[in-house]
Amino acid sequence: MRINCPHCGERDRREFYYMGDAVAVTRPAPDAGPDAWDDYLHNRDNPAGDTRDLWYHEAGCGAWIVVARNTLTHAVHGATLAQKAAS
Amino acid sequence: MGYSGFQIIKEGLFGQKGWKPLWRDPAPKARYDAIIIGGGGHGLATAYYLAREHGLTNIAVLEKGHIGGGNIGRNTTIVRANYFLPGNQEFYSHSLKLWEGMEQDLNYNVMHSQRGLINLFHSDGQRDAFVRRGNAMINQGDDAILLDREGVRSHLPYLDFDNGRFPIYGGLYHPRGGTARHDAVAWGYARGADQRGVDLIQNCEVTGIDIENGVVTGVQTTRGAIRARKVGIVTAGRSGQVAAMAGMRLPIESHVLQAFVTEGLKPVIDHVVSFGMGHFYISQSDKGGLVFGGDLDFYASYAARGNLPMAEHVMEAAMTLMPMIGKARVLRSWGGIMDMTPDGSPIIDTTPTKGLFIDCGWCYGGFKAVPASGFAFAHLMATGQPHATAAKFRLDRFRTGVGLMDEEGTGSQHNLH
Repeated sequence: MRINCPHCGERDRREFYYMGDAVAVTRPAPDAGPDAWDDYLHNRDNPAGDTRDLWYHEAGCGAWIVVARNTLTHAVHGATLAQKAAS
Repeated sequence: MGYSGFQIIKEGLFGQKGWKPLWRDPAPKARYDAIIIGGGGHGLATAYYLAREHGLTNIAVLEKGHIGGGNIGRNTTIVRANYFLPGNQEFYSHSLKLWEGMEQDLNYNVMHSQRGLINLFHSDGQRDAFVRRGNAMINQGDDAILLDREGVRSHLPYLDFDNGRFPIYGGLYHPRGGTARHDAVAWGYARGADQRGVDLIQNCEVTGIDIENGVVTGVQTTRGAIRARKVGIVTAGRSGQVAAMAGMRLPIESHVLQAFVTEGLKPVIDHVVSFGMGHFYISQSDKGGLVFGGDLDFYASYAARGNLPMAEHVMEAAMTLMPMIGKARVLRSWGGIMDMTPDGSPIIDTTPTKGLFIDCGWCYGGFKAVPASGFAFAHLMATGQPHATAAKFRLDRFRTGVGLMDEEGTGSQHNLH
């Protein structure tokens, strides 16, 4: 599996650290309540198919990126900076 | 159909033509007292214990594919009770006891082999951790023996004891640990359930869960609607999709775990051995293949196959621990879909929908749990109360933060187990 870093181009998966579902870039408000925080921290759609997840280019440029990927085929469709994905 | 030595000799003399299928192939009825979604090891064991322990025989197991085609046939067949935390400890201890009686109970040879499990350690700190774990196991009533370096050598002379980076300091020996023939476990429970009247319905995919006013009323399937007042979800890596049919989101992310097997060799590895520094474990099947595996690939996946970086890591760990393995040739590799919870421990619980139960989150440890999971889930479905051995496997522990069981001590977060 190779991931397209927006800064560095296509790189080996080993350069990246997997953080989990891209829900991580949409943090709820501090007072959003326990259910919203439970969803953010624990509950997942866990799709069999297209998904978006958050990776860290640990052995590269150090960027956090949101990767569009397929969990059934391991195909990587593209990646954007987490900064942009969150805004 | 019972088995006997006489029957085996007779069939051997007459061309093995007298054996019959181990279970019926019934069409689904319109209504059952209970339905179990998922005909894997846990689902079949649940059906068996519902029938045997609770007298519920008007039940069906609905399996999307065929019996034995999921994770029950995609694991490294290890059976052990060496857990540390309360909650896990009593559960896996119970499970090992059920394993020890399983063949007599089912009258079926699952080739359960208590050949002993040795977890190696490679530093003073790791020794301390294993001493503590071993004491916890003994307190639970299970067996653990601390081996020093020479003790390990007497069992496993073929290891590289003086590896420059990971020298072997000793090991924690769990003599009652071992392996079992994984397919036979599925077949044995399937046969036992079928004999007690349970309908095992294969090629029957559940496409919807019917709920009226917060109460489950049945399921929709590719073979028609089936009514039932109790429905149990036991679908491992696919738990997220099935739970979504009931409007639930689960604290589960499905990951891939790879395993490997070599060509058949003469007996060379007598135990189950785990490497303390590289997440590598190995045993030899009765057929002769060396069966081994490593850690997760560490990204969400349903592909049932992994990528090469983890394959490379596992091979490196194998070569570091036992250089002789370099002469063996890998025959094949595969991946299982693991239903990972944030804390790495499972869930056996009720749901917000009345009559709907869930058994999931087995992470990378589901095989050894098959009998106790079925036993506890059957108890929950039949009585509405959790079984004492699985009382801590609560679904809401993540939301409340109370009762998390992080066996690895790495933190309760999705990407850490």
